[in-house]
Amino acid sequence: MTVTIPLFRCFLLFFHVVVVFHLVSATELTFELADDDIQCFFEEIEKGEKFSLDYQVITGGNYDVDCSIVDPGAKVLYEESKKQYDHFSHTAEKTGVYKVCFSNEFSTFSHKTVYFDLQTREEPALIPEMHNRVSALTQMESSSVLIHEILKTISESQTHYRLREAIDRIRAEEIHEHVMYWSVGETLILFVVSISQVVMLKSFFTDKKSIPGLGF
Amino acid sequence: MSLFSQIAFIALLCSLSLTRALYFHIGETEKKCFIEEIPDETMVIGKYRTQLWDKQTAAFLPSTPGLGMHVEVKDPDTKVVLSRQYGAEGRFTFTSHTPGEHQICLHSNSSKMALFTGGKLRVHLDIQVGEHTNNYPEIAAKDKLTELQLRVRQLLDQVEQIQKEQNYQRYREERFRMTSESTNQRVLWWSITQTVILLITGIWQMRHLKSFFEAKKLV
Repeated sequence: MTVTIPLFRCFLLFFHVVVVFHLVSATELTFELADDDIQCFFEEIEKGEKFSLDYQVITGGNYDVDCSIVDPGAKVLYEESKKQYDHFSHTAEKTGVYKVCFSNEFSTFSHKTVYFDLQTREEPALIPEMHNRVSALTQMESSSVLIHEILKTISESQTHYRLREAIDRIRAEEIHEHVMYWSVGETLILFVVSISQVVMLKSFFTDKKSIPGLGF
Repeated sequence: MSLFSQIAFIALLCSLSLTRALYFHIGETEKKCFIEEIPDETMVIGKYRTQLWDKQTAAFLPSTPGLGMHVEVKDPDTKVVLSRQYGAEGRFTFTSHTPGEHQICLHSNSSKMALFTGGKLRVHLDIQVGEHTNNYPEIAAKDKLTELQLRVRQLLDQVEQIQKEQNYQRYREERFRMTSESTNQRVLWWSITQTVILLITGIWQMRHLKSFFEAKKLV
């Protein structure tokens, strides 16, 4: 079961080196995109690495945004216009800097809030001790790894639920405000229109040219 | 050799953790803001690294002393939680005390303004929230945990974070429900009011015009 001490340490060293190049990179950011603006994010990805992009528009206008992903060779991997949410995954064919751009250039006055989640690389081991890879995992360890993966899935679906709920909640709060403004505005217009109707009608009949009393 | 090399590799791991993060470009006076919607009592750690564009070599310099970034964090009530100046490379951390949308804003603020003639700054950014902020190798070393114990500790942290998020979810739904009920009330109240005003105005108009025409002897 246990390897001899020098060989064990040798394996440890080797796996340390392996671990160093498998660093976690899952970036999720929520940012505001002003009207007629374009924002780009860059990420260095190695050849053969699988990466995925999830994005969603949370507030603003028609809840749509243009998104494009360009690889280091200036080849467009993904390009969509006016999408509210989408998921894209790809295995990198070239090593280099990949560019992810979000554009709101088609909009003239609505700010958009965009959430995106760019996941590259696998999650590394919990601590840089990879001796588990030398011997098989015990049942406890493999169960705990399984539970960890399931909890990660739960956490991700919580995030998606929160985003969808945020869209509805912000819209409901906007409606709440708009109802107040429009109601007050309509009441004022009502008063203005009714009083001006009466005044104008009176002005037709108090014209000096027409003869009061005769009427037609 | 073994313990030292382990520590050395852990240090290497930590130092390399930001060389391959997401980056973006920012102008001289530009302020970039990010929103983090988090439950309460959640820790957020942000790490950034800046690089300045060098016109002579037409490339980004690996490091420039004198560059600085001002980091400002606002809580959901727009109260400032953190407002500090950091150097070219920095690490900021805060813990939320109210659940909701926190805003993290960064803008450049160098001590030597002459550096900024190029106008472009590359910012590598990494923001970790909740249980992702825990440094497990450190925890294992401090509490002397075996790998299985550490894994269980990680699962406990994950479950705690999920529970906090569920509580936050309940709080948000309550707010949503209150907003909807308030909108419902407003719509109802204003509709009745406007209908009543409409009727009163109509009646007033007719009576006023009738008395006007009677005075003018047209009726």
